[in-house]
Amino acid sequence: MHIVVCIKQVPDTKNVRIDPNTHTLVRQGVESIINPFDLFAVEGALKIKDESGAKVTVMTMGPPQAEEALREVLSRGVDEAVLLSDRAFAGSDTWATSVTLSAAVRKLGDVDLIFCGKQAVDGDTAQVGPEVATLLDIPYATFVKKIEKLDDQYLKVTRQTDDGVEVWKLPTPALITVIKEMGEPRLPSLRHKMRAKKSQIPVWGIGELGLDANDVGLCGSFTQVVRVFSPPRRSDQLLITGTVEEQVEQLFSYLKEAKVPGV
Amino acid sequence: MNYFLTEEQQMIQELAAQVAREKIRPVRAQLDEQEEFPWEIMKILAQADLFGLYIPEAYGGMGGGIFENCLAIEQIAQICIGVATTFAASGLGAYPILLNGTEEQKDRYLPDIASGKRLAAFGLTESGAGSDVAGIKTTAVRDGEHYILNGTKQWITNGGEAEIYSVLALTDRSKGPRGASFFIVEKGDAGFSFGKKEKKLGIRASATRELVFQDCRVPKERLIGREGVGFITAMKTFDKSRPGIAALGVGLCQGALDIAVEYARKREQFGKPIISFQAIQHKLADMAIKTEASRALLYSVARHMDTEPPDSSKLAAMVKVFSGDTAMAVATEAVQVLGGYGYMQDYPLEKMMRDAKILQIYEGTNEIQRNIIGQELNKEYSRLKETFF
Repeated sequence: MHIVVCIKQVPDTKNVRIDPNTHTLVRQGVESIINPFDLFAVEGALKIKDESGAKVTVMTMGPPQAEEALREVLSRGVDEAVLLSDRAFAGSDTWATSVTLSAAVRKLGDVDLIFCGKQAVDGDTAQVGPEVATLLDIPYATFVKKIEKLDDQYLKVTRQTDDGVEVWKLPTPALITVIKEMGEPRLPSLRHKMRAKKSQIPVWGIGELGLDANDVGLCGSFTQVVRVFSPPRRSDQLLITGTVEEQVEQLFSYLKEAKVPGV
Repeated sequence: MNYFLTEEQQMIQELAAQVAREKIRPVRAQLDEQEEFPWEIMKILAQADLFGLYIPEAYGGMGGGIFENCLAIEQIAQICIGVATTFAASGLGAYPILLNGTEEQKDRYLPDIASGKRLAAFGLTESGAGSDVAGIKTTAVRDGEHYILNGTKQWITNGGEAEIYSVLALTDRSKGPRGASFFIVEKGDAGFSFGKKEKKLGIRASATRELVFQDCRVPKERLIGREGVGFITAMKTFDKSRPGIAALGVGLCQGALDIAVEYARKREQFGKPIISFQAIQHKLADMAIKTEASRALLYSVARHMDTEPPDSSKLAAMVKVFSGDTAMAVATEAVQVLGGYGYMQDYPLEKMMRDAKILQIYEGTNEIQRNIIGQELNKEYSRLKETFF
């Protein structure tokens, strides 16, 4: 079984500051970390490797420095890494990112399972996983907390939804996005750390992936971030108290007053 | 300070520090409070490949030496020397096999110790034989293809938790120390049981128990080396393991210093952070001097030991004594910097101070270390032709 894990480098959210003038993220001096949900995805893949001996490849799209994140994941026991890096990828939205990642999965060829974190903590879109699956025309399951191998063709996956737990039978190849409950990410080992340090990580750009510069990066993106800002603090707060009936009545009259359609 | 570590040594440091920071720090108070054996952490250290740093690659280890092992111990000890003692004690139990075992014994036991699959322990001390090692009473009598062990070992670190024990017993009572031999005893061997778990002042995450041998019959292949070389094996083992005890002390010093400086920068009295007062600055300065001096001595000695010098007991004793005394002094002073807060369990320093005391006692009290150094000096100078006054 060949598993691919897609990871992303994100700013360490514990130390994020917003520039008060430009309202954009202050990236200077902010350390990059691996998106925490992606580490749960790595753990999920490594668990399958522990149990049934899969080969695990990690990939990320990013600047040359993103290689650091790949080595970090290699040091935890992942077998191989691929860096997708090209000036043409700059400014990618989720669509252009997914086009690039899915092209890389196609180039790898023999992939049975793709793991992603449920979302990245910087953009919080949760779109890339499902988009990659759609572009590859394979099924996907999101918010997965548990995976069991049923046979060579099917997996049993457990999804956590807002309403409860769903258990799916999923044919492979498939894509899975992973939540925290998949298990705490293991720490590196010395042997893997030494191997990771020496590993040659291939870098694939549009040439290697056979992509057109117009289909990736800013040119291939349907959306652009125009501005990032902190929403102004809202002052019009209303605290409704009393019994449930009283609260409903108060809320209803408030909505009516505010001319909320349908009330 | 640049100690010219190789890339691999830096990785060992980083990795051990990561385990300590992420996995040990959050639970150290609980382990201490509940006297809980840190099995979860042992598993993590095993998975990180840290148990076999000093074991040759041929036996599943990483092929490093005392220095590499000390680097890992130091980082773990910065957070908790109870956990670090448990980790280091497995090495103490492994050394008699590594130094003097047969090829079969090494093949059979070292890979499991190196991978952390099984913990080892070292059984020497008895109720009547502490500093006076020659006073041991445990016997091993040859009976055909077996030896039969009888006696009780006391205060054995990892006792009850470890699965492989290097145990010193008398094979010939009439020869005194020259009649002592090491045996490998496995948890589960018939006639081998454990006494109660001791309640201790510090290092409460580590387990300390009696080993009880009642007609414990082990195959003769469990004898380490030859009959009668046990005492020498014990001394050689201590030469290898004492730098590890020093590493516990250096780590503890650094851990205590880190907390004291951070606290002194934050704590305000008389309208200023207390680090702005010379009384505090001088304390911190002395702590920092002692910590770095202790580390410098440790690193030099550990590196020297890895060159396999013919005679190293004096240096092993020096590094153990200096680091242990320094750790006790630094931990006590760190508590003083924090004042009342240092005495409370809300900060880790009271634990560090309780923990530090053992460093002056176990693996040869610091008084015994000074004896060793004194005797070695006497011997060395008696050989010199030169006079100095």
